[in-house]
Amino acid sequence: MTNPEGAGAPEPSAGASATPALSKESPSGGRAVLSKEPTGSGDVVPDGEPLLRVSGLTKHFPVTKGIFKRQVAAVKAVDGLDFDVRAGETLGVVGESGCGKSTMGRLITRLLDSSSGTIEFGGQDITHLGTAGMRPLRRDIQMIFQDPYSSLNPRHPVGAIVGAPFKLQNVEPEGGVKKEVQRLLEVVGLNPEHYNRYPHEFSGGQRQRIGIARALALKPKLVVADEPVSALDVSIQAQVVNLLDDLQQEMGLTYVIIAHDLSVIRHVSDRIAVMYLGKIVELTDRQSLYDRPLHPYTRALLSAVPVPDPRGKAKRGSERILLQGDVPSPIKPPSGCRFHTRCWKATRICKAQEPPLVSLRTGHQVACHHPENFEDQQPDDTELLSEVEKANEQAALDKTAVAQRDREAVGKE
Amino acid sequence: MTAPLHDAVKADDVDTVVTAEVAKGSVEGRSLGQIAWTRLKRDKLAVAGGVVVLFLILVAIFAPVITSIIGQDPNKYNQDLIDPLFGTPTGSLGGISSDHLLGVEPVNGRDVFARIVYGARISLLVGFLSAVVAVVLGTVLGILAGYFGGWVDALISRVMDGLLAFPQLLFIISLIAVMPDKLLGLEGTGVRLLVMILVIGFFGWPYIGRIVRGQTLSLREREYVEAARSLGAGRRYILFKELLPNLIAPITVYTTLMIPTNILTEAALSFLGAGVKPPTASWGQMLNQAVRYYETDPMYMVVPGVAIFITVLAFNLFGDGVRDALDPKGTR
Repeated sequence: MTNPEGAGAPEPSAGASATPALSKESPSGGRAVLSKEPTGSGDVVPDGEPLLRVSGLTKHFPVTKGIFKRQVAAVKAVDGLDFDVRAGETLGVVGESGCGKSTMGRLITRLLDSSSGTIEFGGQDITHLGTAGMRPLRRDIQMIFQDPYSSLNPRHPVGAIVGAPFKLQNVEPEGGVKKEVQRLLEVVGLNPEHYNRYPHEFSGGQRQRIGIARALALKPKLVVADEPVSALDVSIQAQVVNLLDDLQQEMGLTYVIIAHDLSVIRHVSDRIAVMYLGKIVELTDRQSLYDRPLHPYTRALLSAVPVPDPRGKAKRGSERILLQGDVPSPIKPPSGCRFHTRCWKATRICKAQEPPLVSLRTGHQVACHHPENFEDQQPDDTELLSEVEKANEQAALDKTAVAQRDREAVGKE
Repeated sequence: MTAPLHDAVKADDVDTVVTAEVAKGSVEGRSLGQIAWTRLKRDKLAVAGGVVVLFLILVAIFAPVITSIIGQDPNKYNQDLIDPLFGTPTGSLGGISSDHLLGVEPVNGRDVFARIVYGARISLLVGFLSAVVAVVLGTVLGILAGYFGGWVDALISRVMDGLLAFPQLLFIISLIAVMPDKLLGLEGTGVRLLVMILVIGFFGWPYIGRIVRGQTLSLREREYVEAARSLGAGRRYILFKELLPNLIAPITVYTTLMIPTNILTEAALSFLGAGVKPPTASWGQMLNQAVRYYETDPMYMVVPGVAIFITVLAFNLFGDGVRDALDPKGTR
């Protein structure tokens, strides 16, 4: 998978194809089946059709100054996203810290209001719905949070936490709330007798299961999971990831899973979006992404995945791509292609012109002038940007970012 | 990298079995409140303080019963026990006897014990009710300032700053001076009590308000608030069902620590003549009168002084214990 000529290497591709066979099998035995009736009601979008459609989505957080809150700049956390999530699939979103993944997740669950662009869910434009307008839709769109220690109210017993969705949506489940909550606890692998316990009496993994039970209580169609396992131990991560997988099978869920861990993303996703500084740079199905990444950034990310194979080290060692510098500040992103300050293939055009996100292969979208593993989009422009030039530009960007941070820090005092 | 993920699936079932076994021991969950209560019970000083507080509350409630048992009336003059020459009680230590457990007043000979018992009513009434006023105002305004931020926060915070800088004692004294004798169907002492409770409470809320605001600022960023919003919860639900339960601990602590301060303020006001009107008994007022006799009858000054001291100390010990019980990370 880290091989630039990817597809030819037998070992990684074999591993990749083995994964779905293992993970997409029937749910592990012994776990209660979540729902006997066919999932969802009549208006479910058929599998493969877009359930969620996002176009031109941006979120700019204003940076203000002075007593009159004059806007001096904006943090462009999300800056123009276009993608679909098809019913029944899992879309994985990867990227470095601060690239806008979580903001994106909060935008599509409408926990944050977008600055521009539209979000369509099941054919309905939900971009500008108010709290009341969103309320019925909240049943269909649910969220699983990153930190299991802060996503459960420490003052509420588990029964109240998992039962809250029914209360808030005025839904009376069959057999009463208590019975339904106990069933949900069982579904996520917890003891239903723990109904009266408080969050502090559970471990991190168990708490995350409680969060999952809460998210699934109303039988949603779309579940956005923001770093669902990054706060957990590695052994527990596997349990939770597999639980999510099983529940998808049983309930026909559609997932958007946000993570920075490429192994987790690879394990769960059908399609993967790679984000860099508020933009999607590559969007394709898992197989193509891991076998033949087109964007240099994706290749650099994949090369950074640790491989549990010390003997293979010699073979791969030279292919590890080390990116220089940090992610530039989203307050003042680089001109043209946002990755050009750190890209080893960057040329003049990369600095001047922003590459559009286009389909180079069927279902494989990428935003790059000089993609890897594919014919160059701008073959005329061959002069590479010098290291000095890139370093200078990066330093200038860093300087404005640091100055901005200083101003903010002083403002907060 | 996917292989280890799958080996761990089996650990999943083990996990469930283990929790099931543990559960047989104690399925009943213990809330944070219950845990704090067990911790509080272990703190001997706090328990002692709590017992004294409880005792004082009972004394205040059953004041008429207690005085009738010992057969004394707080307003009955006993001129026969007063030395006609000096105006001081006959007998040692301010006239302490089996009839008058804590002696009698100079000049008119009213029973000090009965007056102390009745004085507890005034002290605790003002202490508690003004704390209630402060807590209600402070919690509501603090939670609004913290949750909504922006100009709401700016406005409420500036009002709090202003009130904290206000000379409240002077304000109350001048307010009492201009208050009519009858107000809202109350007369004399009733008006004074009402004004004291409202004003002490009004000047006390910023202390609670600041703490609630600060806590709310940090709590509103927790993910469970977002979780509630993602379930379609409205503002009221988030404020009162998600945030308020997490604010109970700091509010309780500052309430228990505020009551003794209020009792002291009441005593000070009564001492300065702005408290309840005679003949109603109050500890501060007794101290005020005692100043005139401190050379001839020091006992008359000691008794209400000690009453105030014990009350405030007991409340503070109890309040400290509550704080330690609710905040296990705090250092002692």
